[in-house]
Amino acid sequence: MAEIKTEYYRQEARKALKNKVLHAALAGLQERLGKGAAAAYRALPEGPGLRYEAHKMRMQAIDHLDILLETLADRICKNGGQVFFADTGEDAVEYCLKVARRHQVKRVVKGKSMVTEEIGLNESFEKAGIETVEADLGEYIIQLADEHPSHIIAPAIHKTRKEIGELFARKLGIPFTDDPPTLTQAARKALREKFLSADMGISGCNLACAETGHITTVSNEGNIRMASTLPRVHIAVMGMERVTARLMDHDILFRLLARGAAAQNMATYVSYIGGPRRPGQADGPDEFHLVILDNGRTRILADPEFREILGCIRCAACLNVCPVYAKIGGHAYGFAYSGPIGTVITPLLTGINRARDLCQGETLCGACREACPVDIDLPRMILALRAKLAEGDPAWGVTPAGRMEKGMMTTWSKIISSREYYDRSLKIARLGQKLLPIKNGMIRHLPPPFNGWTQSRDLKPLAAKSFNELWQKKYR
Amino acid sequence: MTAPKPITLFIPCLVDTFFPEVGEAVVRIFQRMGISLSYPSDQTCCGQPAYNSGYRNEALIAATRFIDIFENAETIVCPSGSCVHMVRHHYLELFRNENSYLKRAEKIGAKTFELTEYLVDILQVTDLGAEFNGRITYHDSCHLRYGLEISEQPRRLIEKVHGCRLVEMDESGRCCGFGGSFAVKYPEISTAMLEDKIKSIITLGAGTVVGGDMGCLMNISGMLNRRRQPIEVLHIAQLLASRQPSAKAEGLGFKGPRGQVTEPDKPFLEPLPPGILESFGDVNNQTKVFAPTCRSFGAGR
Repeated sequence: MAEIKTEYYRQEARKALKNKVLHAALAGLQERLGKGAAAAYRALPEGPGLRYEAHKMRMQAIDHLDILLETLADRICKNGGQVFFADTGEDAVEYCLKVARRHQVKRVVKGKSMVTEEIGLNESFEKAGIETVEADLGEYIIQLADEHPSHIIAPAIHKTRKEIGELFARKLGIPFTDDPPTLTQAARKALREKFLSADMGISGCNLACAETGHITTVSNEGNIRMASTLPRVHIAVMGMERVTARLMDHDILFRLLARGAAAQNMATYVSYIGGPRRPGQADGPDEFHLVILDNGRTRILADPEFREILGCIRCAACLNVCPVYAKIGGHAYGFAYSGPIGTVITPLLTGINRARDLCQGETLCGACREACPVDIDLPRMILALRAKLAEGDPAWGVTPAGRMEKGMMTTWSKIISSREYYDRSLKIARLGQKLLPIKNGMIRHLPPPFNGWTQSRDLKPLAAKSFNELWQKKYR
Repeated sequence: MTAPKPITLFIPCLVDTFFPEVGEAVVRIFQRMGISLSYPSDQTCCGQPAYNSGYRNEALIAATRFIDIFENAETIVCPSGSCVHMVRHHYLELFRNENSYLKRAEKIGAKTFELTEYLVDILQVTDLGAEFNGRITYHDSCHLRYGLEISEQPRRLIEKVHGCRLVEMDESGRCCGFGGSFAVKYPEISTAMLEDKIKSIITLGAGTVVGGDMGCLMNISGMLNRRRQPIEVLHIAQLLASRQPSAKAEGLGFKGPRGQVTEPDKPFLEPLPPGILESFGDVNNQTKVFAPTCRSFGAGR
């Protein structure tokens, strides 16, 4: 499992809030991809309603996961591949290491994959003395800088051209430049050598198909195709939810994925991988392994409230519209997955209590749901997580929130349970606000715990007469 | 057309306690249309604050009370998108394990309408004879736009207000950073989001911001006031009830600094000459056009 730092949401968010460069980069990204995706959905020949069809399709697959996974594994094996079901991230990494050791692997090239970020595969391989090279340009930059991705599909979005130029000068020994084509060329040259000399390729899996027994990967740089065809051994790691029943489903889901992720009609490279190279075939590895990862997903599957999140196809469309993500960037979320999807999946995979701030640091605006190519109701699940935090839930190991908030809510529920209490409390509050500093008719400072409001905003005081009082007097 | 049904008013607690003038504006709108109104005076809150914080048991107390009070109403109208979203959508989630209340909640949800939705979709009126002078911009509150999918209706109503001009701000549908307790619990993030909203309002040079949810408007006006920006903030009910060319005359809304209501009839920034758009390259929306110009004002990104 990768390191979990969800507790540091506030600190990391505060840091990012000062980073104007990050804000400009994310504003540009959202302007291009967020708005582009919306336009791309509208331009679908079937209409934007295709998202609802895709939702049904995904949920059907999730509801039949047991059969689909069994069928998938069976067919992959028939195609000459090997399948390993990993209960935990550690099991998955251990299996990959075992295969690597058996083949005396010295160097691994990786296609871009979030699930291997989730299980911290790179760190374990490096620890085992196996060089592991990220082959996606963004991921490569992040790896050279010894950082983690801050966006699901644009991992280095937080870095400037200048920073990347300096990084390449230092790590690749090229003269400094901040010219993107030159930098890309330099990375390409460095990576080409790695591709040609790697003994093993590791990739993720965008979707698998039970009907045909294959996995599908998409990329725009071709890095996944290189990683899965050049080396002798290819291991693909997939989250267990990424399976579909029919090949036909891929048509719809990949068209939506490309639109949601990058406002494209289709990704540049789409690879269908169903096993090792067969006799007579020119390309492909000698061995193909598929690692199907649980790592907490069964528990999500078992909870009807959160099952829907397994429908996610990790396109990052929700990151590209989220107003909170635009301000705090991806690192604040403290785990592989950031933005609205991270807000829901990270607590479920890594612990709800410690990810408290992820669940509460959202405005529930609903932009993520509108942007989701498979119409996942993220706000609903954020609310469900908040309910777990408020009341506690032994099934998820959640201990309830602090007594102060609970006390406030209990008091509130007493006040609103009768108009008499409500009016009486209103009177007291009106008296209380007389103690507050008022300037130009506005309250300038509120006492804790409400002082957050007046950090940057004034507040209009409570009205002298409530609407209720005015109604009784004037309109009844 | 059959005579409109009598309306039962659902006045959100925020309007009741902080902004009763918004409730009064709603009353005036329907009284002028000759529609009979009632207001159950024991109503308090729909339960949204507790629900959004995860306190479902507490929210249930408010929700059952709401259903008991409003159940016999023929039509319920409310000047808030988020409260209607709560009643129409979240009640179903809240009562999903309580069958008897679930059915009642479904019925209530189907007859509870947000103000602009009720006027445009049900009563099918857009011209209420309102008058207001000035440039107006409309902020799409999230629960109205995403929760209830209401964004056309308020615009159609504003366009029919005599004397005013609707100008669209950049990303009117982007969250203002209110989010209920979020604004208090995560003030720094909320402030950063609000600053973007304020920036697009100021850049536009509109004298008045109109919206349909007092939470967002309280947030927006709170920062405008703090920063001494002479921009007025109005609930759409106040605009639609206005029969005076200037809001000041009816004593509506927030006052600018030192109590004056300023309405610049010219935008802060002059519109750009035609053709300049193309010179910026791939530009297709207003902010980008404004961005190079307003940098000299310190308002650019």
